[in-house]
Amino acid sequence: MTTTTMPAPAGAVDALRRMRIGPYLFVAALAVVVFVAIGPDQFVNALTVGAIYALVALGYTMVYGIIELINFAHGDVFMVGAFTAMFVLTSMLGQDPNASATSLPQALFLILTTFAIVMPVMGLLGVAIERFAYRPLRNAPRLAPLITAIGISFILQNIVQIIYGPSPVNTPQVIPPTATIQIGEFSIRIVVLFVIAVSVSLMIALQLFVSRTRLGRAMRSTAQDREAAQLMGVDINRTIALTFFIGSGLAGAAGIVQGFYYGNIVFILGFQAGLKAFTAAVLGGIGNITGAALGGFVIGFIETTAAAYGYNQWGQALVFAVLIITLVFRPTGLLGQQLGERA
Amino acid sequence: MNARVASAPSRPGSTGPSLRQRVRTFSARHRSISVLIGMAAVTAFLPIMVLVPPFNSFSSQGVWLDGFTIAGIYVLLALGLNIVVGLSGLLDLGYAAFFAIGSYAFAFAASPFTGLDIPFWPMLLIGAVVAAVFGILLGAPTLRLRGDYLAIVTLGFGEIVPIVFLNSSTYTEGPNGIGGISPPSIGDFTFPSVGNPWPFYLTMIGLITISMILVYRLQDSRLGRAWMAIREDELAAAANGVNTVTTKLLAFALGASTAGLAGVFASSKLTLVSPNLFRFDVSFTVLAMVVLGGMGNIWGVAVGAFLVFLIQTVILKQLNVFFDNVQVPVLSDVDFLQYQFLLYGIALVAMMLIRPEGLFPSRRRRSELHGDEDQDFAELGDAMGASPE
Repeated sequence: MTTTTMPAPAGAVDALRRMRIGPYLFVAALAVVVFVAIGPDQFVNALTVGAIYALVALGYTMVYGIIELINFAHGDVFMVGAFTAMFVLTSMLGQDPNASATSLPQALFLILTTFAIVMPVMGLLGVAIERFAYRPLRNAPRLAPLITAIGISFILQNIVQIIYGPSPVNTPQVIPPTATIQIGEFSIRIVVLFVIAVSVSLMIALQLFVSRTRLGRAMRSTAQDREAAQLMGVDINRTIALTFFIGSGLAGAAGIVQGFYYGNIVFILGFQAGLKAFTAAVLGGIGNITGAALGGFVIGFIETTAAAYGYNQWGQALVFAVLIITLVFRPTGLLGQQLGERA
Repeated sequence: MNARVASAPSRPGSTGPSLRQRVRTFSARHRSISVLIGMAAVTAFLPIMVLVPPFNSFSSQGVWLDGFTIAGIYVLLALGLNIVVGLSGLLDLGYAAFFAIGSYAFAFAASPFTGLDIPFWPMLLIGAVVAAVFGILLGAPTLRLRGDYLAIVTLGFGEIVPIVFLNSSTYTEGPNGIGGISPPSIGDFTFPSVGNPWPFYLTMIGLITISMILVYRLQDSRLGRAWMAIREDELAAAANGVNTVTTKLLAFALGASTAGLAGVFASSKLTLVSPNLFRFDVSFTVLAMVVLGGMGNIWGVAVGAFLVFLIQTVILKQLNVFFDNVQVPVLSDVDFLQYQFLLYGIALVAMMLIRPEGLFPSRRRRSELHGDEDQDFAELGDAMGASPE
């Protein structure tokens, strides 16, 4: 033991490496390249799309992290969230689906009420799905809950289709889509700022919750080793239900902002968005919350850049191609090393 | 073989092997013959079954046989996916891609769009080979990924292939798809696409029979044992001299080739291919068939595929007709077509909750899935206690 040499004083490079700044630098560099390539307007667009994907991706990554299930129903929870928001705004609050709020207090009231209703309701939907479709299969073969997830996805889609029909429906854009705010020389649409602000603050809140609170610690320990966590007195069922509650609540929030941003929604939007959000979660390193957020923005960049150059139809193929390439060369995703240490 | 027979549990009270055991022994010794017998029975039974109630209230025999033929395509797909997922334990979520490649291969080979007219029978083989090549192309770089990462890569591939067919309009007619694909023919006799369902039905049965025999042969071969060894524990398999890369690639290629075969048949039967026939729902449905049938069990998977297809495509679509015909009061007013996917989803969830190991789990898999470690030890203890020296 005495023969082991003391580690040499860490240089600046080592210090940076230990901070694991590489993936962030990569995303930042990508952002700069995209900014140059498509200009500020499209760039803001990319950020908005990315923020929505990131919010959905958080639910995928949390659920995968804790029970190793690809929750294919999650994208549809996002879709149901968008429709529930529309229901709350039009049927409960009497908002015209084609009109925006006329005053700031009214807008604030509509937004806060929608979030206050939709997020918990979606959270409960997620808990119910977990309770009835996944929990009974927790010790079953690994593919069994995957099949029930697909079944739930079909069920949710069909229910929404029966209620609201197969074609896209308009949903109130509470924030007037044309309203802009002047920052220096740039004018930015308020709705864009709103989407990004909501997403980023929810991500920060989630990160704080998971890293600082007792329940967050229970979640992390369950993800790390379920049996050991149980022996330490963590209520596993409650913790997994909580994970689904938070993940689905975030998907609900994403559904709300999706409606605010695009102004129309359709019953099949969940599956495609879900696949892309899942891709985002994998890109970032599945199980990793910060990674899912970064991955969401990367997907937004790729898709918007493809669209800006006129390859709209190819955007999705490109997203999946990037996914395959990432997994071949860096199988654990951008921030995946943390997962590697845990596994 | 003998070891397997000997290890079959015999009830303490019974004298001599029961009929069930004798059937099992026979089918284990003569796999190919028992497949032939089984499929011959199925071939004869299905057309007769649909003539009696309640099946004849759904539709006529011809429509049923047409439905069975399409169901056969899914049985083939499930048999192929079973090699990948059930035998080798590699989760493939984009299996429809290989189906698409096989279908488009025949569409290019025999349609007015390209002007070529290569006959159906050699194309069965060529389509299978083309799909297998794509399987290897996808598998070679990605098969070293473990578990769910492989699933995601295949999911991505399964999404990319239809998008490519959709967007390369110059080569594939884009969303309209390629139509007017030639049906198969023997000599001067061309298979009719409407009217007489028997030629397609019998061809399908023949393809399934051959595939089942081949898959059984493969499963019992050195390669099949290597697949199962990899499924159980890749590291241990590698340590015992199994070349995991080649073995997994072969599983991928053979699984893909079965899908290619099914694709050639499908495009010839439907005389049309279009990209949206091959979206993720096909991959997922086939996976659901494999899981519900009982992963790894060839007959189970075939029956599972058949049942899921019947539920999804025939029964749920015909419920209206059925309830109209038999005059059930409230139910005949409900438009079941609208609830098709809802009922399908409920069926998937319910079947999975009731039998998570599938309807007909393979014996080896059943013991494995229900055995957490304690049970393994218990079985070991039983085995040791049962044969004291």
